[in-house]
Amino acid sequence: MPLLEVENLVVEFPTRRGTLTAVNDISLHIDEGEVLGVVGESGAGKSMTGAAIIGLLEPPGRVAGGKILLEGERIDNLPYEKMRRIRGKKIGAIFQDPLTSLNPLYSVGRQLVETIQTHTDMTPTQARERAIDLLREVGIPAPERRIDQYPHQFSGGMRQRVVIALALCVNPRLIIADEPTTALDVSIQAQIIALLKRLCREHGTAVMLVTHDMGVIAETADRVAVMYAGRIAEIGPVREVIKNAKHPYTHGLMGSIPSIGHDNERLEQIPGAMPRLTDIPQGCAFNPRCPHTFDKCRTVRPDLLPVEDSWTACWLYDGEDGRTIEASKKLVAETKADALLEKNDG
Amino acid sequence: MVAFILRRLIQSLFVMFFVALVSFSMFRFVGDPVHQMVGIETSLEEREALREKLGLRDPVIVQFGNYIAKAAVLEFGVSYQHKRPVAEMLAERMPATLELALVSAVFSLLIGVPMGVYTGLNRDGFFSKMFLSISLVGISLPTFLIGILLIFVFSVQLNWLPSFGRGGVVDLGGWTTSFLTVDGWKSLILPSITLGLFQLTLIMRLVRSEMLEVLRTDYIKFARARGLSNRAVHFGHALKNTLVPVITITGLQLGSIIAFAIITETVFQWPGMGQMFLQAVTTVDIPIMAAYLMLIAFFFVVINLIVDMLYYVVDPRLRVDTGKATGHG
Repeated sequence: MPLLEVENLVVEFPTRRGTLTAVNDISLHIDEGEVLGVVGESGAGKSMTGAAIIGLLEPPGRVAGGKILLEGERIDNLPYEKMRRIRGKKIGAIFQDPLTSLNPLYSVGRQLVETIQTHTDMTPTQARERAIDLLREVGIPAPERRIDQYPHQFSGGMRQRVVIALALCVNPRLIIADEPTTALDVSIQAQIIALLKRLCREHGTAVMLVTHDMGVIAETADRVAVMYAGRIAEIGPVREVIKNAKHPYTHGLMGSIPSIGHDNERLEQIPGAMPRLTDIPQGCAFNPRCPHTFDKCRTVRPDLLPVEDSWTACWLYDGEDGRTIEASKKLVAETKADALLEKNDG
Repeated sequence: MVAFILRRLIQSLFVMFFVALVSFSMFRFVGDPVHQMVGIETSLEEREALREKLGLRDPVIVQFGNYIAKAAVLEFGVSYQHKRPVAEMLAERMPATLELALVSAVFSLLIGVPMGVYTGLNRDGFFSKMFLSISLVGISLPTFLIGILLIFVFSVQLNWLPSFGRGGVVDLGGWTTSFLTVDGWKSLILPSITLGLFQLTLIMRLVRSEMLEVLRTDYIKFARARGLSNRAVHFGHALKNTLVPVITITGLQLGSIIAFAIITETVFQWPGMGQMFLQAVTTVDIPIMAAYLMLIAFFFVVINLIVDMLYYVVDPRLRVDTGKATGHG
């Protein structure tokens, strides 16, 4: 049984101009200890999916359909108080900006102790001991001294380490990491990702890593889901999706990554922009930008189809009109992702 | 911290110096004080003698110097009207005003903050909308009208509470207090509500908007994601972050409550400084007006100093001497 299952999740935002569907019928699962990367452009619905799983969609956003199961139990329809007890204890979260994730008025120790005591029966002294251990574990030097300091006395990278310690403090089974490194310096990003990866491997914690950085995904994830306009375009093992992208959107996304060794080439880009939630086209949401669009793409929404080792929502692969997978893949030419993948082996 | 307080004290001295200048210049520009003091039959010689005696013939600078030197030892001259030392008169009246201001401030905080939190948390609730609508009344109705309405309802119609005066007071070595008698407390109720209603609505609206602001922040979202209870999130994390602006406004408003108790004191015949000031204005009793000005400025300066120090207590980011951001990565 997978740790987390999301089935046909729909997230809607009622607005004055009608209901916006931010996440439109997506299904995915995360196994114990697995890292699932979720990529896509801003507004693709990846953060919304994360927020829905942890039960913190900002009103008026709501789960309008589908199911979310954690360890086989539905968690999307739990009363607030029950869900609150799962948050932090079974599902941890890390947000984008470490500079604003910590309450500036309390010492980091107080915030750690408070979280530990919320979910366990530890005494204040035990909780403080645990907090110091956690700070040491996330690589903060002199934790006995730093524990009584305030967030503003920590640098950005150090703060994100504190945030990771907070997310991990009662050993949750799953961590939703929503753009955990976007706000950090590039040099520090790698450290934080390495730390997150190491800690989760040690604790057997699964991670849903939401990011728009394909590089981070390539280095970290076991599987990856590519989201576009509230839907999953492609999902599968990271190597398969990056090296052997089937969906034209995934391919375009790979092509837009600059890589060392191709100095003189112009960076590829996907023409057009992702549609606004108010006017998602009929059929495949990607069809206005796709170089291979044909009639069916404009009328019928594609479901995820198994293609080789991954799943792709693209009509190129439905085998109609005598199209073979090989021929379709030829349309979607070679990627430049090799350089990225090399890092994932470490 | 010490350096900061010292700096603020020096600034405060400057402020007081300029207020003294303004209050001193009242003597120079608001008519000839001698005219106010003497009758029509007083001869020119007698007037000149009085002028000499009051030091009005000295150069302005010397007069100002004398004025400050005397003010520093709380000597503000003699009231033209009452022929009594102004300092003594103010000291007599001060407890009434300060007690009224204190009770109004506590009233507006004790009710305003919880109402602000409530309306911030349940922004679309029925009661929130009701509180907000009522608070508009509090902001837009003039103080004297509220006072008169309260008197009409609770004193005239219901006959529950006294409509004027301080009621029974107890003299504690020069400080007359109405806190020690039931009658005194009853007399405090209507004027305190009248004086505090505006502050109450202000504080409520301020806390509400600050709460709405803070509840949107990442650290509140993260606190929820850590599974903290609603109580811990709302009162431990959110409310404390609204305190800095609330302290600022409350401090400034406390000054205003003291300074602008004038209207309330008039409506309720409250024997405080404001009432005395108003009488002084009608009789052009400049020593009282000048001293009142200095005193109010002094209250503002002291309150601001306290507010600045409270920031330090609330917000660790201001305690610069505890170290800067260190470490990397």
